[in-house]
Amino acid sequence: MLTDFGKVFIFFLIGGLFVAAGLIAAWVIRPKRWYPSKLSTYECGEIPVGDAIVKFNIRFYVIALIFLIFDVEVVFLFPWAVVFKNLGMFAFIEMLVFLSILFVGYAYVWVKGDLEWDKPAPQLPSINSKQLKISTPQTTPD
Amino acid sequence: MELLISVIKIVVVMGVMLGIVAYVVLLERRLSAAIQNRIGPNRVGWQGLLQPIADVVKLVFKEDIVPLKSNRFIHDLAPIISLAVALTTFAVVPFGDKINLFGYDIKLQIADVNIGILFILALTSLGVYGLTLSGWSSNSKYALLGGVRSSAQMISYELSMGLAVLGVVMIAGSLQLDTIVEAQAGWKWNIILQPIGFITFVTAAFAETNRLPFDLPEAEPELVAGYHTEYSGMKFAAYYLSEYANMFVSSAIITTLYLGGWQVPFVHSFGFSDFWIGIIQVFGFLTKVILFVSFFIIIRWTIPRFRYDQLMNLGWKFMLPVSILNLLITGLVILLLS
Repeated sequence: MLTDFGKVFIFFLIGGLFVAAGLIAAWVIRPKRWYPSKLSTYECGEIPVGDAIVKFNIRFYVIALIFLIFDVEVVFLFPWAVVFKNLGMFAFIEMLVFLSILFVGYAYVWVKGDLEWDKPAPQLPSINSKQLKISTPQTTPD
Repeated sequence: MELLISVIKIVVVMGVMLGIVAYVVLLERRLSAAIQNRIGPNRVGWQGLLQPIADVVKLVFKEDIVPLKSNRFIHDLAPIISLAVALTTFAVVPFGDKINLFGYDIKLQIADVNIGILFILALTSLGVYGLTLSGWSSNSKYALLGGVRSSAQMISYELSMGLAVLGVVMIAGSLQLDTIVEAQAGWKWNIILQPIGFITFVTAAFAETNRLPFDLPEAEPELVAGYHTEYSGMKFAAYYLSEYANMFVSSAIITTLYLGGWQVPFVHSFGFSDFWIGIIQVFGFLTKVILFVSFFIIIRWTIPRFRYDQLMNLGWKFMLPVSILNLLITGLVILLLS
């Protein structure tokens, strides 16, 4: 007896086999004429500078954290939605309470500015004293 | 016997689906040409109908370039994840009612999983890995930026997607896609019952498939080709195909959830035999899906790309509250009607 997930697994296997077969067929047929400059990383034709695995913006991490919280919320909502018709008013109020607690968190994140992708430029400390004023040399365009 | 029927069904569905996906590529090229007042590919076969085959033959013969600095294993694995996941999502979508063929009752759905919608959401999340791993393993700046962007974008819109679906689940009272389609018999389509949910879900589907108003992960002017910059030959073809497979599968899911699935209104009033009604319903399903795919394509060629902060603001500050509001309104209406 094949369960439904067994069928899904067979579907996945056949799909994966199809892709792998295509890649292997291409590996047999295609030419292989490599030389070092062909195998360099693409950077608009220039010689690549440095490594690509570098630090990237913290904003992506914050978004991932917020996503985690709300995704768990959605998971909790699924069983609620399935039995909603049978439970009626009780389920509705229960979920209102749950959502309002989450709403506090959402409002906090919004006020803190973590949903803001376009952050204002950081204010650098400046010296106001007249004696220390440094004049930058003016360059005139040719 | 049951196993044999299942395997035959899977092979036939997979073949038909890949055929349709290949021709969706041609459809996009011809339709975009029509929109931009060009002719488009029309030389290979009648009206360019053999173009997909010519494309595959060309790509098979292309050299596969893997940059020396990349992580070879993950670089090879990522397109397989991407395409296999995109194809597998279709396994739970019902494309017709039961049909009687050679004395066997065949259900026109590969697997009637009892948690259908959760399964779809889970697989869409897996799709993120294909893109992110490709971006990371290429060890190229453009690819990395594309991969990181795509993961941030997809997780942001997944929330609104899940919340929008909840309205449909509440109306049908089940996570099974089969039951959801049967609950939409006649004209009780969820697009009429859930207009806000429909718009939210479609917008999120555009973002999940990285289609144009949201195609930041592969924004050509800034990121060359985004996450698949370092891919060539058959692996590039796998990514290309997976984009269109994603589009086809999300259209199928939208059809199932909101446009009545395989239900064709008034089909029973013409007096066809059960067998022919089954066939008409399958074609009705395919017609709806292809029309929706065309909608995806028309949107791509008429609307410009968002900026990344606009995309994030739309996802977090607009779509999320609206979908929660839709959930509460649906709950209230169900309570008042019962």
